[in-house]
Amino acid sequence: MISLLLPTVAQGLLWAVMALGLYITFRVLDIADLSVEGSFPLGGAVAALLLTKGCNPITALAMAAFAGMLAGVVTGFLHTKMKIPALLAGILTMIALYSVNLRIMGKANLSLLGVEHTFSIMKRVLEMKAGPTTFIVGLGACIIVACAMYWFFGTEIGTAIRATGFNQQMIRAQGINTNITIVMGLAISNALVAVSGALVAQSNGFADVGMGVGIIVIGLASVIIGEVLFGTRSFKNCLISVVLGSIVYRIVVATVLAMGMPPNDLKLFTSVLVAIALAMPLIKSKLGKVVR
Amino acid sequence: MLKIENISKTFFPGTINEKVALHNLSLHLLPGDFVTVIGGNGAGKSTLLNSVAGVFLVDSGRILINDVDVTKLAEHKRAKYIGRVFQDPMLGTAAGMMIEENLALAMRRGEKPGLKFMLGGEQQNKFREMLAELDLGLEDRLSAKVGLLSGGQRQALTLLMATMKKPELLLLDEHTAALDPKTAEKVLNLTNKIVSRDNLTTLMITHNMRDALRFGNRLIMMNNGQVVVDVKGEEKSRLQIKDLLELFEKAAGSEFASDSVLLG
Repeated sequence: MISLLLPTVAQGLLWAVMALGLYITFRVLDIADLSVEGSFPLGGAVAALLLTKGCNPITALAMAAFAGMLAGVVTGFLHTKMKIPALLAGILTMIALYSVNLRIMGKANLSLLGVEHTFSIMKRVLEMKAGPTTFIVGLGACIIVACAMYWFFGTEIGTAIRATGFNQQMIRAQGINTNITIVMGLAISNALVAVSGALVAQSNGFADVGMGVGIIVIGLASVIIGEVLFGTRSFKNCLISVVLGSIVYRIVVATVLAMGMPPNDLKLFTSVLVAIALAMPLIKSKLGKVVR
Repeated sequence: MLKIENISKTFFPGTINEKVALHNLSLHLLPGDFVTVIGGNGAGKSTLLNSVAGVFLVDSGRILINDVDVTKLAEHKRAKYIGRVFQDPMLGTAAGMMIEENLALAMRRGEKPGLKFMLGGEQQNKFREMLAELDLGLEDRLSAKVGLLSGGQRQALTLLMATMKKPELLLLDEHTAALDPKTAEKVLNLTNKIVSRDNLTTLMITHNMRDALRFGNRLIMMNNGQVVVDVKGEEKSRLQIKDLLELFEKAAGSEFASDSVLLG
């Protein structure tokens, strides 16, 4: 059990980058953006393709981020300029990306066996085993992303994006083009999700066209678990909560699997978990009435 | 200052819900004019303000602010000329953000946002001074979320946000209608104080005839998308409620005795 803890936490850190990206759309912009289900494997596909072509991992990650950003821009364009509801715009991008990802990889699954990637290089540099290496890379990625987000959302542009999520009318009256702030938020969010996909693909040793299924629910689970357990006092607090939430989610999953739950039931389990968490405010108020 | 020339706006044209909201309306405001706008429901008061603010584009006519033609400009591009306070206290501020963040956003109204930090620096002292003038005890609560404030406090804050960077034009859309009478009075007096101090050109919609007579140097009454009464200066200061009713009947040719207009 204990020997499993470090790799589990390490996985949580890799997935936390995705959860941080989802936090931007779900909490900051107040949009449920389903395009992440496509941009996560997109990041994995782009990185895997570039790595197999002999590209260095930094460039591969940067290109994955760029591809994710483009996916976010597409969703943003559909939503703001074409006036398609955000949920539907995200679904359209997600479905389109399925074909795009197949085209990028040329097949449904691209193996990284024998290919130099972030973790194989870091393993040599750090002279550590796979578990600790993943942990250090994941921790580094989370710290960089969280600090960058903390800085960015404190700037004028970042504050305008946050205000857009709270009240579009108000921020337009201050002279901000809400179409642009929404597109920017979606672009940054999907870029982070794609980076997470690229990291997870390298950690797994392959990119798969189906690796994005249910990503949004996993991301939501991380965000909500983090918020409930670790608080939402300030933006800084929220960012840390999301990262910790992602780790806790992985530990919960590892625990129930170790207790004998069939892996096939995992997505059902996660959905139920998130559904209960989202229904919590209502459940609490109903229970409150009964007690009274 | 504000020149509105023959603007028209029809909602849902060609459908059964077609509604002519503004019909060839013209209005010229001089710098420093404080105009109160009254009229029954559906007279086109809010449509007039929203047309000027750019919430939608007008079908015909022109709108000029300080000789700049803004007729085709999007809402966010007109924001640098215009300060606005809405009827709904929820609309003017971002509830989930701190008072300081809301004020910092308003201080940069109409400017292109960059990558400089939003908070901190010397602006805090300025914010505290401005909030102290509101006399609502908000000066020590810069880091409180706006959602925690009462409706009156939020309207006062919105008013401050709309005027802290002096606008060419201030648009007030029944900004006290959702408040209790005592709070409404306070916000109205505050409005009057700020408008006369900064000599702001202002359009204020109100449902209350007494307020329309009490404040401002000019009063317009709207009916069916047109200005039917326009009284200024000396003449306005002598005006009584019963005069208003007579004026309206003469201009519109119908009874103007809706309770909501009388009692507000």
